[in-house]
Amino acid sequence: MASPLATVVGPGSQPDGLVVEGSSGASRGLWRLALGAFLENRLALVGVVVILGMVLFCFVGPHLYHTDQVHTNLIDANLSPGPGHPLGTDDVGYDVLGRLMVGGQVSLEVGLGAALLSSVVGAAWGAAAGFAGGALDSVLMRVVDSIYAIPPILLVLLMGSMFAPRTWMFIVVISVVSWVPTARLVRGESLSIRVREYVDASRSMGARGGWTVLRHVIPNVIGTIIVQTTLQVANAILLLATLSYLGLGPPPPSTSWGGMLSGGLTYIYDGYWWQVYPAGIAIVVTVIAFSFVGDAARDAFDVRLQRR
Amino acid sequence: MASFLVRRLAQAVVVTVGVTLIVFVLIHLLPGGPARAILGPRATPAAIAHFNAVNDYNRSIPVQYALYLWRLVHGNLGYSYHYNATVAALLASNVPKSALLVGLAYALALVVAVPLGIYQAIRRNKAGDYVVTVFSFVGYAMPTFWVGMLLILGFAITWPFLPSEAPQGSSVGAILSQPQGLVLPVVTLAFVNFAMFSRFMRSSTIENLVQDYVRTARAKGVPPSRILLRHLLRNALSPIISMIGLSLPVVLSGAVVTETVFNYPGMGLLFWTAALKQDYPLMMGFTIVTAVATVVGSLVADLLYAVVDPRVRLG
Repeated sequence: MASPLATVVGPGSQPDGLVVEGSSGASRGLWRLALGAFLENRLALVGVVVILGMVLFCFVGPHLYHTDQVHTNLIDANLSPGPGHPLGTDDVGYDVLGRLMVGGQVSLEVGLGAALLSSVVGAAWGAAAGFAGGALDSVLMRVVDSIYAIPPILLVLLMGSMFAPRTWMFIVVISVVSWVPTARLVRGESLSIRVREYVDASRSMGARGGWTVLRHVIPNVIGTIIVQTTLQVANAILLLATLSYLGLGPPPPSTSWGGMLSGGLTYIYDGYWWQVYPAGIAIVVTVIAFSFVGDAARDAFDVRLQRR
Repeated sequence: MASFLVRRLAQAVVVTVGVTLIVFVLIHLLPGGPARAILGPRATPAAIAHFNAVNDYNRSIPVQYALYLWRLVHGNLGYSYHYNATVAALLASNVPKSALLVGLAYALALVVAVPLGIYQAIRRNKAGDYVVTVFSFVGYAMPTFWVGMLLILGFAITWPFLPSEAPQGSSVGAILSQPQGLVLPVVTLAFVNFAMFSRFMRSSTIENLVQDYVRTARAKGVPPSRILLRHLLRNALSPIISMIGLSLPVVLSGAVVTETVFNYPGMGLLFWTAALKQDYPLMMGFTIVTAVATVVGSLVADLLYAVVDPRVRLG
């Protein structure tokens, strides 16, 4: 639903009312301000370090720590952590540490991919709606409302059970539900930007709609888009984990952190803690890291706006 | 107010039709069509042709959509092939039980998150604030199914004083007759909301603490506890009403997972079974019903917000 809360803007609501000043000319200084505020935030730095660490672990790790993540080995199943298997093995004999790396690749790829795709689609959709206004705006936003009205899990389950479980398919399916908040926020900001003088000025010099959106609207909402993208990575990783739990995740021999976690939980009563906690902690730590970065980015762009 | 209501109702209708359209398109994206999904990969062409003819799948797409809408407005949500019952009947028995779970979880999340958020705002950047912040971030970042399993492990296995399974009743009354079985599912689902509400309450209170009316009250010598309860609470709390409406889709998603973990006999469990059995009519029916619930929920939340906070102009 479009927010009808005309006069009172609630605190967690997005900075519709905030005015983003200027465009390209002064933007380097503004970017520097935002970057400065971001770097002052220690939690954000921790988040960035954790994310980089996770990326290195998952994508470089397998080149240093070689394990067979394709062929099952039932003789070595459910071994507790020890020599040769620092984090033990799972129920079909995969080395858990190595599995954490390949599962993490899928989780991170889907998380980042879905966040990027949904941000691009959401930003374009929202900017078009906000900038066009009128009937087109209404039509575009009712589409957004309709998708928002369907609980994300239902839509994802519905689509997940229809399509082949490939990484790019997960990216598409998760994006279908996660582009909606971005579209709403970007539309709200575009509405206020399109009536500014510099947009009028640009139009009076003959600029077309598409140019104005690309040159003036998008640069001014880029802060919101970056914040949303970061937070959506966290959401997408969690959504993929839920899908895996519900049995619609990546099929073996591929896996994701969520798949490892829910697989491990099957043996929770047997005390095979190494099949549960490494994957679970990887999810929690990564999601928190992305949330820290997203929150800090929001504060940083707020600072940029306040110091004007 | 009246014009707002009319416009919002009109929007709600449009959105609901939009949902049916999305759902309808999804049916037609099915590889091989619904016949293939229901009759299986080894169905003969004759069987498929017969199924399509009986179920009007051989008509043109716009006609099919019109038929679909026509049945929908007559309460015909389709027929579940897996349960061998109408979707409407399944809904009637399962939706109230899920509503109970979701309602209790909302209540618990609010009762815990509101005082904690206020506490955090007052003790801003002190140890207590950090502890609750860490707790709510971890709560947000933990997949719901893991939260549920950990609670089972802790409170049903290690210290066995709560049942690990939800009450298995066919009605709300039957479920309420075993309240101890409700504890763990409700706590699990409340976790979904707790993090969001406490963060929101914290920032809302912080924003209100620096308002002029708080300073005035303080200058007049109003005791801090009275400022908090009489002046600040109402102002800080009212935006959370719209938050409740907006968070409904996320909570209903959480309900699907929670019901699966605890085998709670609600619509989430039914939906999941439908997904596993490729029972598309059932999945579609539930999707439409939850979507309508969300639309109505957010409309009610907006109206309530205007009642609680007279500064809000509906427009």
